Amino acid sequence: MRLQYASTVRIIEMPCTGTIDHRVLLKTFEDGADGVFVAGCMEGDCHFLKGNIRAKKRVNMVKNILEEIGFGGDRLDFFNLSAAQGQRFAEIVTEMTDRIRELGPTPLNQKEGDTA
Amino acid sequence: MIIAQQKSIQDIASMIEDCNKVLLVGCAGCVTVCLAGGEKETEVLAASLRIKRRLENKPLETVTFVATRQCDPEYIETLESYVKDVDAVISLACGVGVQYVAERFSDKWVVPALNTNFIGGSLNHGEWEERCGLCGDCVLHRTGGICPIIRCSKSILNGPCGGSQYGKCEISKDMDCAWQLIYDRMKALGKLDKLMEYQPPKDWSKSRDGGPRRAVREDVMID
Repeated sequence: MRLQYASTVRIIEMPCTGTIDHRVLLKTFEDGADGVFVAGCMEGDCHFLKGNIRAKKRVNMVKNILEEIGFGGDRLDFFNLSAAQGQRFAEIVTEMTDRIRELGPTPLNQKEGDTA
Repeated sequence: MIIAQQKSIQDIASMIEDCNKVLLVGCAGCVTVCLAGGEKETEVLAASLRIKRRLENKPLETVTFVATRQCDPEYIETLESYVKDVDAVISLACGVGVQYVAERFSDKWVVPALNTNFIGGSLNHGEWEERCGLCGDCVLHRTGGICPIIRCSKSILNGPCGGSQYGKCEISKDMDCAWQLIYDRMKALGKLDKLMEYQPPKDWSKSRDGGPRRAVREDVMID
């Protein structure tokens, strides 16, 4: 398909979004990720029936935590798309990259003396 | 089991704002089952507090440990090596666990991460309901296995009251009238006559009376 998308994205493959734990998401931010998005299958298409629906709930829970602690929940999001939607994947990467660029680098990577 | 829910991260963070290193202790008992203070919740809280403090430029070091039970002194002992060099201990146990940790490590600042709510059971995954009032004098054999002490909003022993309509309690259309449930169950069991039996006043001295209650089994005590 030769689709273009931002080279700043690192893909971490999981067997199913349903295996994603709150701790994994929080760790990505602690390790310095500027933003994270979880790409799950289309609703109703989960091989394990509800993995993507459960993952979405967990992502929303972590968004709430990030909001509560002042980090901001916008740096994390969940998208539904199928393995055949390469075009949509590239769009989401662009959308998330634009959003994160607007938010700026993660505040957790700032060194002493940095402003904003 | 004991049902508890986590306090807000803001509240917990304010309890340890002057600390640089804290130990978060989960409990593998009731609060693990009600998803409030098990291994996962302990690590999620630790990560949340670390991120919050990094944002405030006051990094926090965390150590996590999950005790088999925090309501047993023998399991509290296992914390000793972790407690030594921390400024505070955050307990993710029920109120009992927090007190046991605070009592054992009396020189440490011990704070609760949970609000202990009630004794209950699961309705669905992620939903719990209060089912026991801890009155100390169980009457379930007379009420078809439905507790009027905790499931009746007034805890009355001779219901239903005038607030019962169409099987629901007057306090909420979503709340069943416990005495309607009791009546229906006893009727189905063919034991309505049991409800007509004379009962002396309930002995409330076995409930919250005379300070903390104590239970003793001398035959299992170790000399």
